[in-house]
Amino acid sequence: MRFFEFDTLHEILATMRESKLRTFLTGFAVSWGIFMLIILLGAGNGLKSGVMSNFGDESTNVVEMWPRETTIPYKGFKSHRKLEFTTHEMDIIKTQYPQIDKISGRIFKNPVVSYKKEYGNYNLEGVMPDFKEIKGLKIKTENGRFLNQVDIKQERKVIVLSKKVADVLFRNEKALGKWVKVDNISFQVVGIDTKTSMNEGGSCYIPQSTAQKLYNKANKTDNIILTVTGLYTKEANEKFGDQLRKTLSRALVVNPDDEEALGISNQAANYIQTMKIFSTIDVFVLFIGLCTLIAGIVGVGNIMVITVKERTREFGIKKALGATPGNILSSILLESVVITTSFGYIGMIFGIGLLELIGKVLSMSGGGSGSDGQNISIFINPSVDMGTVLLATSILIVSGLVAGYIPARKAVMIKPIEAMRAE
Amino acid sequence: MINFENIHKTYPGAQPLHVLKGVNLHIAEGEFVSIMGASGSGKSTMLNILGILDDYDTGDYYLGGTLIKNLSETKSAEYRNHMIGFIFQSFNLIPFKNALENVALPLYYQGVSRKKRQAIAMEYLEKMGLNDWWHHFPNELSGGQKQRIAIARALIGQPKIILADEPTGALDSSTTEEVMEVLSEVNTSGITMIVVTHEQSVANKTKRIIHLKDGIIESDKLNQQ
Repeated sequence: MRFFEFDTLHEILATMRESKLRTFLTGFAVSWGIFMLIILLGAGNGLKSGVMSNFGDESTNVVEMWPRETTIPYKGFKSHRKLEFTTHEMDIIKTQYPQIDKISGRIFKNPVVSYKKEYGNYNLEGVMPDFKEIKGLKIKTENGRFLNQVDIKQERKVIVLSKKVADVLFRNEKALGKWVKVDNISFQVVGIDTKTSMNEGGSCYIPQSTAQKLYNKANKTDNIILTVTGLYTKEANEKFGDQLRKTLSRALVVNPDDEEALGISNQAANYIQTMKIFSTIDVFVLFIGLCTLIAGIVGVGNIMVITVKERTREFGIKKALGATPGNILSSILLESVVITTSFGYIGMIFGIGLLELIGKVLSMSGGGSGSDGQNISIFINPSVDMGTVLLATSILIVSGLVAGYIPARKAVMIKPIEAMRAE
Repeated sequence: MINFENIHKTYPGAQPLHVLKGVNLHIAEGEFVSIMGASGSGKSTMLNILGILDDYDTGDYYLGGTLIKNLSETKSAEYRNHMIGFIFQSFNLIPFKNALENVALPLYYQGVSRKKRQAIAMEYLEKMGLNDWWHHFPNELSGGQKQRIAIARALIGQPKIILADEPTGALDSSTTEEVMEVLSEVNTSGITMIVVTHEQSVANKTKRIIHLKDGIIESDKLNQQ
C-alpha cells in the first residue's frame, strides 16, 4: 500500500479547494495553537536566558567564603574578634574535600593604576591561577595569558587587565607587554581579559603572593573562592556549605554555632533553585500551549467528520471499485495530517518571526543604553531552538492523526450500497 | 461463472425483512443476463450480493470457482477490484476527477503506476470514443458520455463479470439504445454481463431474462429475439 502518492495529495487539495472558508477557519485554529505554543515557549526561553545572563560566564558551582567577626565568646576568646583567612585554611579545606575542583584566595585593593599620563582607581585583586576558570575570564591567545604558578612562586610583578581598564589607560596603544604603575610600583601587562561583565567596573589581577608581599599581608587572604563538582541538589550543596563552615570554624577556633563569624555564599544552591523554577515554568508553558493546540485539533477533527459525511458517496464509489479499508483510512489520516502540518507550519513561521522581531528590538534598545553597565536584564533573546521546532512538528503530525482517526473510522464503516444510494 | 446455491438474506430490524428466500442461480461465462422485478422483489439485494457489496445469511455463492463467504473487508475489496466491474444508474463518477482519472481509478487500487494506468485508461476511453474528452470533468459531460466513462472504468480492471444497475435509468431513449449497444459489444468480447433493470425494452436487448418476485426466481428464460 502506498501511503503517499501524488494522487492522494491532489485529492486533498481538491477537497480543500471545494470548501475554502471552512478549511481556512479550521487551519487557523491549528495555526493559532502552534503560534501561541511557540510564543509561550520563546517567552519562557527569553526569561530564562535573561536570568541566566546574570549568572554570566562564571561557573555555576561557585562557593565563596569571607571572614567576619565572632559573635560568641569561645575557648577563651572574647566575642567581636576579627577573623582572617590565611593560605593555611585554604590548604586544609583543599585536602579535606576532594569535591573541590578549583580554589583561589582573593585579596581586594583599590589602588591608583597609571600608564604615562592616564590613571584611575581600579579594583585590584590578588588571586591564583584557578581564579580564571572560577570567574570565567576570557583571555584570547592574541591577548596574552592569565597568571600562572611561576608568577605566584616568584612573586612576579605581572598584571592582567580587564579590557575596560586597558582601553582607558592605553587608548590606542597596545597594552600587552607594557608596564603600568600600581601605587608607583611597575607591573608588566601579561594578559587582557575580554569577558564582558555587566556589573563590574573593570578589574586588574596580580599574583596573590605579590599582593601579600606588596600590602604586608604575610600569608593572609581576604576571601576564599572555590568551585565544587558532583553536587547536583540544593540539599547536597547546603550540606557541603555546613561542612565547610565546621571545618573552618575549627581551624579558626570559632564556636561552630557562630554562623555570623563566617560568610559563605553558595551560588550552586541559587543556581539549582533557579533552574528548578524554570523547569516548572517550562512545564506550565508547555501545558498551556498544548491546551491551546488541542482546541485547534478538536476543530480539525470536527471538520474532518463533516468532510467524511459529505464525501460518503465518494468513499462508497471507491470501495465498490476496490479501495480497501486501509486505502480509505490512510487517505483520510493523510489529509488530516496535511491540514494540521501545513497550517501548523504557517503558525510556527509567524511565531518564530515574531520572536525574532522581539529579540531584535530588545537587543537594539538594550545595546544602545547599556553603557551604565548596571542594568540587570530579565528578558533577552527570546527564541525557540531546533528541538522545540521538531517537537512541535511531531505534535502536529500526531495531532493530525488523532484528529483524523475518528472520521477515518467512520469512512471505513461506510457501506458502498447505502453510500451510492444517497443523493 | 456464477453459482447461487439456496441464498437467503434477511435484513435485521424491528421487523426483520426476509428479502431473498432461497435463490438458486447459475450463470455461465460470457452470458448476457438481465434481472427484472418490481421494487421490493429483491433484485437490488441480489445485485449487492453478486457484487460482494453485501453479505448473505445462508447458502453458498461461488464466483469463478471461488467461494464468496465471510470475507474480510480487505479481501472483498480485492475481489471486487479484480473480478467485478460496476455500472450504476447515477454513473457515480467522482466529481473532482477528470474523465481519465475516473477511468484509471480501479488501477490505482491495483497498485499500477500513475503513468501506466493513465496510458491504459486512455486506451479504454478511445474504445468508448471519448479520447478527446479525457480532461473534462463529469459535470461537463452528457449523460451518455458519463455512462460510457463509467463503462470504461468498469472494464479497465479486466473483470470477470460486469454488474450494471439500471444502467439506462437516467438516460433518454436514444442514449439508452447507444449504451445498450456498447454493453452488448462488451459482452461479445467475452465478459459476463448482468443487467438489473425494470425496463422491458432494456431486458429485451439481453440474451437471458430472469424475473424475481418476492425473493424467489419466478421465471428464467432465454430471450427469443
